[in-house]
Amino acid sequence: MGNSTVQKRSKLSKMLRSTELRRGIMAIFVFLVIWQFGALIDDWTGYDMLGIGLVPPPIDVLITWGDVIPNIGYWQSWVSSFQRVLAGFLVAMIVGIPFGLLLAVNKYFRGIFFPPFEILRPIPPLAWVPASLIFWPTNEMSIAFVTFLGAFFTIVINVLGGARAIDVRYLRAAQSMGASQWHLFSRIILPGTLPSIFTGAAVGMGITWEVVLAAEMISGGGTQGGGGLGFFIWSSYMGGSLEHIVVGMISIGIAGYLCSSSIRQLGILFMPWRRLF
Amino acid sequence: MLTNRNSIARAATAGGATKAKKAAKKPATGSTLELKNVSKAYGEEWMSDQILDNLSLSIPPGEMTVIVGPSGCGKSTLVNLLAGFEEPDSGKITIDGDEITGPGKDRMVVFQETALIPWQTTFENVVFGPKLRGDSNTADLEEEAKKLLIKVGLGEFMTKFPLQLSGGMQRRAELARALINEPKVMIMDEPFRGLDAMSRSLMQEFFLQLFEENRRTNVFVTSEIDEAIFLADSLIVLTNKPTKVEKIIDIKLPRPRNYSMLTSAEAFEYKRETMAILHDEAMKSFANTSKGVA
Repeated sequence: MGNSTVQKRSKLSKMLRSTELRRGIMAIFVFLVIWQFGALIDDWTGYDMLGIGLVPPPIDVLITWGDVIPNIGYWQSWVSSFQRVLAGFLVAMIVGIPFGLLLAVNKYFRGIFFPPFEILRPIPPLAWVPASLIFWPTNEMSIAFVTFLGAFFTIVINVLGGARAIDVRYLRAAQSMGASQWHLFSRIILPGTLPSIFTGAAVGMGITWEVVLAAEMISGGGTQGGGGLGFFIWSSYMGGSLEHIVVGMISIGIAGYLCSSSIRQLGILFMPWRRLF
Repeated sequence: MLTNRNSIARAATAGGATKAKKAAKKPATGSTLELKNVSKAYGEEWMSDQILDNLSLSIPPGEMTVIVGPSGCGKSTLVNLLAGFEEPDSGKITIDGDEITGPGKDRMVVFQETALIPWQTTFENVVFGPKLRGDSNTADLEEEAKKLLIKVGLGEFMTKFPLQLSGGMQRRAELARALINEPKVMIMDEPFRGLDAMSRSLMQEFFLQLFEENRRTNVFVTSEIDEAIFLADSLIVLTNKPTKVEKIIDIKLPRPRNYSMLTSAEAFEYKRETMAILHDEAMKSFANTSKGVA
């Protein structure tokens, strides 16, 4: 046990000291400096430095953030948005992955369901909002449905593409060895599609966030407490506080990063053979 | 007869050298593959490409039969048909008289590019076949797989993924994966292509070693004439599409083979003969395509 904690500690300190991390932090720092400088130039000369000058400088944003953090409503926004995103995303995964796999392996299913799927897919999720608001009983369900759609189409198209792209020789090798149809599916097609499932999840997650935030802005935050981060930005806009808008945007950036990072980590866990790249 | 060959295979995989030598002296009791009036075309109607046209061919039992031919002739088609991945448009393909209806463990294939399953470790890849079929109990199977992997020199790499292995190591793993299923026929489709010269000659020698221990029926497709002569008992030279057998050359070099035999006058004569045929075929193909004939 002692050995493994020593290993874990050195792995963590290795990560913290890694040049990649240092470069990343340096890049963000340089960005903040340029941003701050742009705002200062605007003050000193009265000229707008290519639009950067209009944005409130990082120092002001940080101060505003400091005021916002103790406010419980801010954190409730986080929770609300996360809830909506996760709900829509999980349902999209649960429905989308089997749907995509069925499309890939069964030509009759594909023949029946792919055409309508392809016709509906180009419709942007936000275009569904009015119809969704009419057809679903509550605001919350309307938002959930639109969120689901955003991720669903992306996940299905990735799963379908990934499953169809599996090298036919793996299937042939398995057939020679006496694999049944079920074996072919569970041992070859399913693991072979995992990379595409994770790609679909990562992209779908991004789309889910977009849709949730837009829906929150349009529908006025829904009935749940907190309203969500989209509503936070919108009401900041209504209230005329630029600093709050930027705080909201950066919060969303962090939330999105946390989600993508989780998916990445899960990917590494489920697909150990890909760690090699 | 089946159990006899199985025990020979087990002796070979157990690495019992003396047992294996004794077993190898027995007459080859392999399976015969036959193609009878087989035709195969790809594409529809006016775009149809006739690869095989009424081809009849017999693969003798217990021998290393090597197939060479000009590029674009139906070598890979032949492999797919023999393995059962595709069906002929007409004609019959039989193994020991029984018609082939699809892929099966009696005819294992080693492909040009590695078909090791990337998300399974080397060990998992090797036990994959028998595990699917539920052939033997787990403990026996794992023992056998370990022995086989050690025999092909991959004892240290059993837990590695295929992408962590070099090209030569991947081929050896694929050999192990095929052999553990104790097939009646081994079908090799240019398996050593893409390996550097050193790895390739080592693989050839190693492959012949395995063949010496267990004289299965082998169909080996290659485009390297030296490799063909080094390995073969008989050498089948094919023509351009529609593919026919131009000539079957008996390679009478003694076994076990070693590389010095390739510089003998006899080997040179085989090479001269084969190259003459292939050169003619290449010229014909070139002339045809420059005329714009499909």
